[in-house]
Amino acid sequence: MSEAGKLLFDLTLTDEQALMRETVRKFVDAEVRPFARKYDEAGATPRELWQKTLELGVNAVQIPEEQGGFGSTRSPISNTLLAEDLARGDMSLALSALSTLSFVNCLLDFGNASQKAQLLSACAADGFHPAAVALAEPGTRFDPLKLATTATRATSATGNQGGYVLQGAKTLVAFGPEAEHVLVIARPPHGAPGEAGAFVVPRGQAGVSWSREAFMGLRPAPLHRMQLDGVQVPESARLGGDVPFQLSRLVDLSRIGAAALTVGTCQAVLDYVKSYCNERIAFGEPITNRQSVAFMIADIAIELDALRLLTYRAAARAERGLPFHREAYLARIQAVEKGMKIGTDGVQLLGGHGFIREHMVELWYRNLRAVPLLEGTLCV
Amino acid sequence: MINLELSEQLAGLETLMRSVATNVMRPISRKYDKQEHDVPVELKVLDRSRQRQASGAAPAGEKKEKDPTQPRQVKNGPAMAAVVSIEHMAWGDVGLMLSIPGGGLGNAAINAVATAEQKERFGSLYASMAITEPASGSDSGSISTTARLDGDEWVIDGEKIFVTAGGRCNAVVVWATLDKHKGKAAIKSFVVPKGTPGMEVVKLEHKLGIRASDTATILFTGCRVPKGNLLGHAEVAEGEKRAAFGKVMQTFDNTRPGVAAMSIGCARAALDLARELLEKDGLRFDYDKPLWDASAAEAELYRMEADWEAARLLVLRAAWMADNGQPNSMEASMAKAKAGRVGNAITLRCVELCGSIGYGEDTLLEKFARDSKILDIFEGTQQIQQLIVARRLLGKSSAELK
Repeated sequence: MSEAGKLLFDLTLTDEQALMRETVRKFVDAEVRPFARKYDEAGATPRELWQKTLELGVNAVQIPEEQGGFGSTRSPISNTLLAEDLARGDMSLALSALSTLSFVNCLLDFGNASQKAQLLSACAADGFHPAAVALAEPGTRFDPLKLATTATRATSATGNQGGYVLQGAKTLVAFGPEAEHVLVIARPPHGAPGEAGAFVVPRGQAGVSWSREAFMGLRPAPLHRMQLDGVQVPESARLGGDVPFQLSRLVDLSRIGAAALTVGTCQAVLDYVKSYCNERIAFGEPITNRQSVAFMIADIAIELDALRLLTYRAAARAERGLPFHREAYLARIQAVEKGMKIGTDGVQLLGGHGFIREHMVELWYRNLRAVPLLEGTLCV
Repeated sequence: MINLELSEQLAGLETLMRSVATNVMRPISRKYDKQEHDVPVELKVLDRSRQRQASGAAPAGEKKEKDPTQPRQVKNGPAMAAVVSIEHMAWGDVGLMLSIPGGGLGNAAINAVATAEQKERFGSLYASMAITEPASGSDSGSISTTARLDGDEWVIDGEKIFVTAGGRCNAVVVWATLDKHKGKAAIKSFVVPKGTPGMEVVKLEHKLGIRASDTATILFTGCRVPKGNLLGHAEVAEGEKRAAFGKVMQTFDNTRPGVAAMSIGCARAALDLARELLEKDGLRFDYDKPLWDASAAEAELYRMEADWEAARLLVLRAAWMADNGQPNSMEASMAKAKAGRVGNAITLRCVELCGSIGYGEDTLLEKFARDSKILDIFEGTQQIQQLIVARRLLGKSSAELK
């Protein structure tokens, strides 16, 4: 039997993953959760917090040693666990803190040698290096296979071809004008559906304009609308190595990322309603002595575990190099539907108190509504 | 290392069972749905008790010496093999699967609580399980069938209903109380071989679904069995009541993932067939479009698949935990709760999606939709599973969370 054939169904973390999980959980409990409300009200995240997540090794772990990283194997599963654990503290922080990792993962998957050499070392450095992937576009019914943003081959006055001109608009781009690099996904003007390229756009690029987006939730995450008007990038800005850029891989990895953020946030909801409802007295006893309340909490736990396993399966298939398009698609469906259900039940279980901004459940409710929008945002 | 794919060995088992389901069960599926109480003779080739005898009946629970200095090896063992087999047999036909000679729920009880000597004596029987009574369903602690010791024999009196395979089995594991005033701790199970005077099958039920499986009412009137037919030990624990009853109930920790697997198998059968019919009508499933740009039928199928896949993974997790020595009572109930409700919803929706073709007897979709209902009921209803999960999760006793 081959090595792969001996592989068993297994839910055990590797030692490295277990250690990382413990470290991140401690960090989240001490540095994230207690302040999540404050940052939500302020609509901003202090830069030191990103610097602190960096010290967990978030970006550098899977960057090769020659580019200044730790050289661990590229691991969608480890990234999924990381997204889950950070989101248990705060989805907004998880999203912004892992935005650079998402950019790194795209480089690792699709970049050529010189792109990796140039860009990865900056991301592996000690200082926080804000970066983002820009896929989602403003408008109703966004479909990643029907992008409006185009990349047209540039033609010089002498008739020589060189570089591309990007035209369009992107939404939910982390860090905006502060981002050192943004990977813009755009389609050729006359390409087939799903055909697309990925282009590195550096900070301060002419033709790019930014506006801060204010949403129902994800308020501390510095999310921006990106307008691209005749943005000229050189040939070398287009990602492409031994493996050509695959839009579907990027989309699928980001769906796993969105599902992982959902799992972490829903875990926070479950933990919160468990203790709140056990302590809340009505009619002379804890409200969890009533089946209507207890069963709602049981169902949160059941659907959460089911979603978690679905997410892990898609990530583990990606890690093993198996096809994972279907699994990522199904994980997204469950994340969108069950995640919001858990979010709304979380508020319901606290009754009127759940509606008050003193409790966290209303914040998770607002954040969980973002899950379907997170296309291309966090690639694991 | 996290991996949620089946091992090569389990994938092989999956293929084997799917082929049995396709070749042995599907061809006779409609026949025994129509001929409700006929014995499906075609299933003799699958007799489990003969298989157990042939393999030397190695009793479960015999463990190899372990080297404590070695790190624990992850196992994909008998519990996983069981749910994988059950899923694919149930894909063939749940009713027929429950009618495979030798594979009764009573056998699970014997495996779980019998002494070594009892396993030797009863291991090759085809044993059904008699718990439910006309006035005692989910509340199995309230049964009123009695067992009284008279000399070297137990004398059993009472009425049992909903005994799966009660007509066709060759022994019944019956639950009875030694003293109704002592509550759950006094409930014991007894092996009663067929032909024992005083045990009579008085009725076979006519059901909504799983019609191929016989469901019997059995009457016990002064029915005498040897003292040694009480499974496990006879003492009635005074203090640790829940622990003693728990011993009998623990059968269900092992069987709940199995019933959940039936639900998954039955739902998959409906999904596969509905998809085939929809594809004939020109629908394509590529898992690409956002749900709101897919047709409503397409979107519904995706949603069902997502629910199905999630439920299946809960079932595999519960079995994996059992194989790796982790307590899984809550996870087994989670699996049964999600698989039971999702399985029922999927089979019903597939009928709806396929219109009069789905509703008609020319395909099996309507049958799957009838069969699936019981899977959200027997061996713990949806609500009982939620109760178990909720109590564990919230740290509640049965007095607090009723």
